[in-house]
Amino acid sequence: MVSGVLSVTLWLPAAGAFLLLFVPRNRVPAIRIVALITVLLDLAASVWAGVLFDRGHAEVLQLVERVPWIPSLGITYHLGVDGLSLPLVILTTFLTVLCVIYSWRVDFRPKEYMILFLLLETGMVGVFLALDFFLFYFFWEVSLVPMYFIIGVWGGPRRAYAAIKFFLYTLAGSLAMLLSILILYFHSNPRTFDIIGLIQQKPLAHDLPLAVLAFWGFFLSFAIKVPMFPFHTWLPDAHVEAPTAGSVILAGILLKLGTYGFVRILLPLLPNAFHRMADLVAVLAVVGAVYGAMVAMAQTDLKKLIAYSSVNHMGYVMLGIAAAAAVDGRSGLSGAAATTLDGATMQMLAHGVITGALFLLVGVIYDYRAHTRGVKDFGGLGARLPLYAGITIVTMLGSLGLPFLMGFVAEFLIFLGAFQIYPVFTVLALVGVVITVAYFLWTIQQIFLGPLNPRWAALPDLDARERWAVVPLVAVMILAGVFPGPLIGVINLAMVNILSLVR
Amino acid sequence: MNADLQMVTPELMLGILGFGLMVIDMLADPAEKRLVGWLGIAGLLITLVPSAVLLLSAPRFAFTNTYAVDPFAAFFKIIAILSAVLVLMAAMEFFRSRPTAHEGDVYVLIVFMVLGLVLMAAAADLILLFLAIEWVSLISYVLAGSLKADPKSNEAGVKYFFYGAAASAVMLYGFTYLYGAGGTTNVYALARRLGDIEPGFLVVAVVLILAGLGFKISLVPFHQWTPDVYEGAPTPITAFLSVGSKAAGFAALLRLFSIALPPGAWVTVLAVLAACSMSVGNLIALSQQNIKRMLAYSSIAHAGYMLIGVVALSAGAPLPGSGIGALLYYLLAYTFTNTGAFAVAIAIEHVLGSDAIPDYAGLSQRAPGAAAAMAVFMLSLTGIPFTALFFGKLLLFGAAIQSGFLWLAVFGIVNSVVSLYYYVGVIRVMYQVAPPEGAGTLPESPLVRVLLLVTVAGTIVLGVFPQPFLTLVQTASAMLKI
Repeated sequence: MVSGVLSVTLWLPAAGAFLLLFVPRNRVPAIRIVALITVLLDLAASVWAGVLFDRGHAEVLQLVERVPWIPSLGITYHLGVDGLSLPLVILTTFLTVLCVIYSWRVDFRPKEYMILFLLLETGMVGVFLALDFFLFYFFWEVSLVPMYFIIGVWGGPRRAYAAIKFFLYTLAGSLAMLLSILILYFHSNPRTFDIIGLIQQKPLAHDLPLAVLAFWGFFLSFAIKVPMFPFHTWLPDAHVEAPTAGSVILAGILLKLGTYGFVRILLPLLPNAFHRMADLVAVLAVVGAVYGAMVAMAQTDLKKLIAYSSVNHMGYVMLGIAAAAAVDGRSGLSGAAATTLDGATMQMLAHGVITGALFLLVGVIYDYRAHTRGVKDFGGLGARLPLYAGITIVTMLGSLGLPFLMGFVAEFLIFLGAFQIYPVFTVLALVGVVITVAYFLWTIQQIFLGPLNPRWAALPDLDARERWAVVPLVAVMILAGVFPGPLIGVINLAMVNILSLVR
Repeated sequence: MNADLQMVTPELMLGILGFGLMVIDMLADPAEKRLVGWLGIAGLLITLVPSAVLLLSAPRFAFTNTYAVDPFAAFFKIIAILSAVLVLMAAMEFFRSRPTAHEGDVYVLIVFMVLGLVLMAAAADLILLFLAIEWVSLISYVLAGSLKADPKSNEAGVKYFFYGAAASAVMLYGFTYLYGAGGTTNVYALARRLGDIEPGFLVVAVVLILAGLGFKISLVPFHQWTPDVYEGAPTPITAFLSVGSKAAGFAALLRLFSIALPPGAWVTVLAVLAACSMSVGNLIALSQQNIKRMLAYSSIAHAGYMLIGVVALSAGAPLPGSGIGALLYYLLAYTFTNTGAFAVAIAIEHVLGSDAIPDYAGLSQRAPGAAAAMAVFMLSLTGIPFTALFFGKLLLFGAAIQSGFLWLAVFGIVNSVVSLYYYVGVIRVMYQVAPPEGAGTLPESPLVRVLLLVTVAGTIVLGVFPQPFLTLVQTASAMLKI
């Protein structure tokens, strides 16, 4: 079936950005309204794609669009969604809407800001939709450029350093991936850049050394993006310096590009090499989970704390993926592999929602109220800002994995599956969970409980715009925590299919 | 003879155009020398038509097999003419702020230089090739020193001359090796006679010849002239040297090496030089504070990337994976991107009177159009998708992998990451540094707008819709060997 809904979702933001070029820069309200309408329409388009999507066959790539693009190199414009990518696409369009609402008050060069956000949305959606390596790489890199500008122009005091560090790290990874893509291309027959075609061909299945080389190329790119220990050092800088909405997108979506790449590409494309390297990846994942949690506990800057908690949470995702890769050949464990992958994908979504909300909440207090992010600078805000305190506490509890919130479902499934495959690593990773509980509870205590710091006696609670930006995320967090069934059902079909491609 | 003359219609037209402009320059009012430039642009655009026709015709030889008329040569005719048109526009902008009595002469010499570049790309005989290179070189020396009142320009001209003369002499010496071994100066006849040549002897000949051709394309270790000449020469001339001369140098290199020389150890020599050129160019560019010097070192680095295409010749397969096709694509992409970058430099030099990168502070607010264009060019030079040079790099690295030079592709990739730092440095200054106190918006002349529009469009179209151009370079490269 040919349907243009994915193309519409993909190109609508770019079209909006193009339209914005012609809005005079002093017409600020018009700029904001055009941007908001664009992202709302795009959310509608992605939800419409979800409606058209046949959830009973979520393992099949649906709504596929395929047009020759550069025929002499076997490059096609190939889009499609399955149970893995569709939720991530909707998460992207959803978070972008909230970011635009939150950024309503950005008055430093708002035109460029909105244009870059819209281009960023096209880049991110493109990565999730692309089923051709050239297209995938294209959007992968295109999403770097707007983020570089968002950090570099609208960021904090050390923005120049953070922006170039972000760009250099991720570009180094991307180019390593390009090399791997080229190696795969030149070993395919017929030559193709098509991801699905290459997964079926598995061109390097009988050349293990080269497959391992290609694996490291992809690994470097994805691991930097995730980011896995020891490639995570760009993340705290980027998060701390980025403007609030930039942090939200960075944590909510851009990190997921890495884990998405592991699941969509590395797992089914180079199963042999990944199987060989799975133990190493698992070790790095566990180190990241525990190390991230420990460093987060030592932070006094809220943004840095959340940044390191991201390293910790993405460590769980990577543990799940590594466990699934390690299963290859041990047939009794395929159920466990599917479970842990379900959890990993769920964790991508949960982390996007929860951490996105956390960064928005930090922004609420930092950008427009206290202008400080020091954990120790607050105290007793719970009585002064009841709504803010309630939402933040729920979100932090979600992040530490409280049952009936989205994060719990995800982590539970990861550990349930991974324990059967990597019992020791899983137990070690659970140490990270304990530390996470500790530092979030500690943070809640320091900020919201105790005597009110007199400096903040006059702080106002959330205004309408901020509520619109934050409350939907909390609603999703609770809804998906209490009724995870439908979502997990869709994800599971896709994961079982990906695991069947491994063999 | 008549048939021969018919085959070289574009060359004849260029010659007539040059002489015609000379006369017009003498008659034109000293304040109206721009007329010469406009007529030059018009004439060059007309010459584009017979050149494009040659793209589709079968390969032939003219003048007793000394001159090739094939799609390969036609492709380089088009690159030379296109870059000259862009450079003429840039030069007209440049001379608005620097009135000189020699303005018209510069336009005329640019047109004559196009003729030389065209001859270089089509020469199928060592003697003709040498004459063409000398023709181009002599005009280049004069053009580099054409700002007579500016000591830096004089220095550039003199330096370029001394380096160039030495390099040409060494290259000629290298040609005698080939002649001595093969007994002929015809490139295609050499191909038949050099089959069992001693490999060591061949390497010596290649290194000597590279002194001349490497000088033209600013390849390490023959690059020392580049920064000084790029900085001192009038900026439009710098742009022309970086694009037109380089392309013609690669054309000569490709024809000579792919036709006449049997593959051997020299391929490894070239690979090492490519790696050195990329690394040296990029590492020194990191610390440059002058836009022209930065682009000079960047041009050395890009000569290294491009040389991958020559190294990968031995792969031989038609696209994808052909080194020639990848190189031709890269040259076309580089023509638009690099000329565009120089065009911005010229426009800024015109209004600010400075080439220093720190003076670009806040340009995104003072001249949003030029800053956005410059950002696109810098991203293209880095090799970010949606830009032309990304696609060129993809093809070049692909060709390297295809021909077994994986390490060279790795080198190229590491270098691309390094280069990001200084290219983005320009973007950082333009977008992240606040403009100086009280600095107003900068005017943009219509000429600059057109120039930037064309170069940005070229950069993006070649990056997003490469298929027609792939077909073009495929035609141009597949017919090189007959």
